[in-house]
Amino acid sequence: MTIVIETRDLTRHFGDLVAVDHVSMQVPKGSIYGFLGPNGCGKSTTIRMLCGLLIPTEGSANVLGIDVLEDPEALKSKIGYMTQRFSLYEDLTVVENLQFMTEIYSVPRSERAPRIKAQLERFSLVDRAKQLAGTMSGGQRQRLALAAVTLHRPELLFLDEPTSAVDPESRREFWEFLFDMVDQGTTMLVTTHFMDEAERCHALAILDQGVLVADGSPKRLMADLPASVVEIESDTVRVVRETLLDLAEVIDVAQLGSRLHALVRPNVQDPSAFLDASLRQRSLQASLKLVPANLEDVFVMATLGREVDR
Amino acid sequence: MRWLSGVRIFAIAKKEFFHLRRDRLTGGMVVGMPIMMTVLFGYAINNDVRNLNAGVVDEANTTASRALVADAMATQVVRVVVRAGSPLELERLLAAGKISVGLYIPADFEERLAQARPPYAQLMVDDSDPIVLGAARGLAQLPLGQNPQTTLKSTFEVRALYNPERRSAVFIVPGLCGVILTFTMVMFTAIAIVRERERGNLELLITTPVQSLELMVGKIIPYVFIGYIQISLILLMGMSLFDVPVRGSMLDFYSGAGIFVLSTLTLGLLISTVAETQFQAFQLAFMSFLPQLLLSGFMFPFEGMPKAAQVFAELFPMTHFLRIVRGVVLRDATLSMMVDEVWPLALFFVVVMTFATMRFRKRLD
Ligand SMILES: Nc1ncnc2c1ncn2[C@@H]1O[C@H](COP(=O)(O)OP(=O)(O)OP(=O)(O)O)[C@@H](O)[C@H]1O
Ligand SMILES: [Mg+2]
Repeated sequence: MTIVIETRDLTRHFGDLVAVDHVSMQVPKGSIYGFLGPNGCGKSTTIRMLCGLLIPTEGSANVLGIDVLEDPEALKSKIGYMTQRFSLYEDLTVVENLQFMTEIYSVPRSERAPRIKAQLERFSLVDRAKQLAGTMSGGQRQRLALAAVTLHRPELLFLDEPTSAVDPESRREFWEFLFDMVDQGTTMLVTTHFMDEAERCHALAILDQGVLVADGSPKRLMADLPASVVEIESDTVRVVRETLLDLAEVIDVAQLGSRLHALVRPNVQDPSAFLDASLRQRSLQASLKLVPANLEDVFVMATLGREVDR
Repeated sequence: MRWLSGVRIFAIAKKEFFHLRRDRLTGGMVVGMPIMMTVLFGYAINNDVRNLNAGVVDEANTTASRALVADAMATQVVRVVVRAGSPLELERLLAAGKISVGLYIPADFEERLAQARPPYAQLMVDDSDPIVLGAARGLAQLPLGQNPQTTLKSTFEVRALYNPERRSAVFIVPGLCGVILTFTMVMFTAIAIVRERERGNLELLITTPVQSLELMVGKIIPYVFIGYIQISLILLMGMSLFDVPVRGSMLDFYSGAGIFVLSTLTLGLLISTVAETQFQAFQLAFMSFLPQLLLSGFMFPFEGMPKAAQVFAELFPMTHFLRIVRGVVLRDATLSMMVDEVWPLALFFVVVMTFATMRFRKRLD
């Protein structure tokens, strides 16, 4: 298995703030690697360092066999970077933007037109070809942005929250594009705030305040969660939640709609019965059952740990 | 250093051209600015002062004194608007700004004339405006009709070769080419990179293989064309509205303009790599424009400036271009006669371009 991205103690400071804190990770070729984490945890900063746009304060990064600190320019023609903020030209039309990108990436002249045409069709932008990019909807812009950064067929794609403005239906389509590209051997690093998207990744890294707090395949992360998950249904979820949070054995309780997910310390035998008993003591009614952990639980657990530490 | 790519340079230039085409205001400025400035400067800046408001106190009130007043009016330099009672009243009118010139003829005017005992009369001048002072000096040389002996005899005969009628438009319009180009070229390019940064395009652009020099060259190409459009407009208007004679060759004029445009464009680029916001870029562009306007020889004669200011002014592209354009347009000079003005422009271009390219890093920090 070829490793496409390898970082060692990658760190970036902004003044006193440590935006990325000794992150070490490996991304194998042909996989989708997900970056998960709360706002401001350093996802974009990490990507910028991997693209050679920001100089790491400490540590090293090797991308596609190139040391990012030494020769970032050698990397540029091999990667594609879809920025978090729309960064194509709003006063250029869809086609003009795509043409610009083919020329900047030195796509051979004879291939420019066919590739642009193919991208327009693939991303359902044919009808929008002459529309100014700035006048398009959020979802259309994100399709255009992805079309633009894949025109030169990069080996490695960085996608920073590519679906933040996309409706659920189109999000699925968007991920189908991604899987198509992975099938053709492209590697991707994707940041997201959606659990369903994170679950589709081959591997995940959860960042919290710049620290990589968990990584591995979604399945592994869920299976290895160092806590039992009890799902609780009740008419008085808020009171139940507050009651459970007071228990030392309960790590955290997250509300998912009308249900609660309680993370219970692994040393508790039969956690469901234990919580049930605690609730009864306070004469609270609830139905409880032990469930397998989902990614949300993993995320809650991972990003909580740090707060507990300090 | 990798090879430069013509395709990428062209891609940047084309994109820049699209921005210009879609941006009505900037597009309007390309044409509107030279037209407006040429008309404004051409008509407003006029050193041939006429019709200054004058007040007269004629205490003599004789044939000769009345003839003197009539002669002064006949020059059209002054126009008598008040007849005052005393010199003191003239002073008050001057201070109030009601008149610019006061003409005082004393009661013993005739006696003084007869005894050839100057001064025969007095001119009071509002010299808070140096142009008025200059005009009034001319008036003081006015010969007195009856007494030809009182005229000053000149030692030299002045032969004006290029602008004998001394029309200021002839002098100003060629200079305007330099002023307007300096202003617009620097303004346009000063925001060229800052705008990409502010609109978020830069993060994508610096992740592509485009090289700094390709970006810089691509960015200035469209503006070279714009510079040529503007300079042609100014020249055409100067010829049609102000009868500016164009004596030299067009090829020399446009070649000189080309080097000058390139050098001012790089100045804009340099500003663009320094400024963080478009507003800062505008401020810097303006700051670079003012000294050029004042010291290049457009506003004030270059020879009259202190040595230090002259040395400083030699650094500006506009100083050299003004000499080139006045030489070629008015004096039928060839560019090869003016190499001394051409090489500083070329040097400025190379040095500033290199500097701007080096300053621009493909990084976010
Ligand atoms: N140029 C900068 N100067 C100073 N601080 C910065 C800079 N860029 C990022 N930061 C800070 O670094 C931290 C990490 O920012 P980053 O953009 O990487 O977060 P993120 O994980 O991408 O967040 P989000 O999910 O909101 O996009 C934040 O606290 C941010 O304020
Ligand atoms: Mg981000």
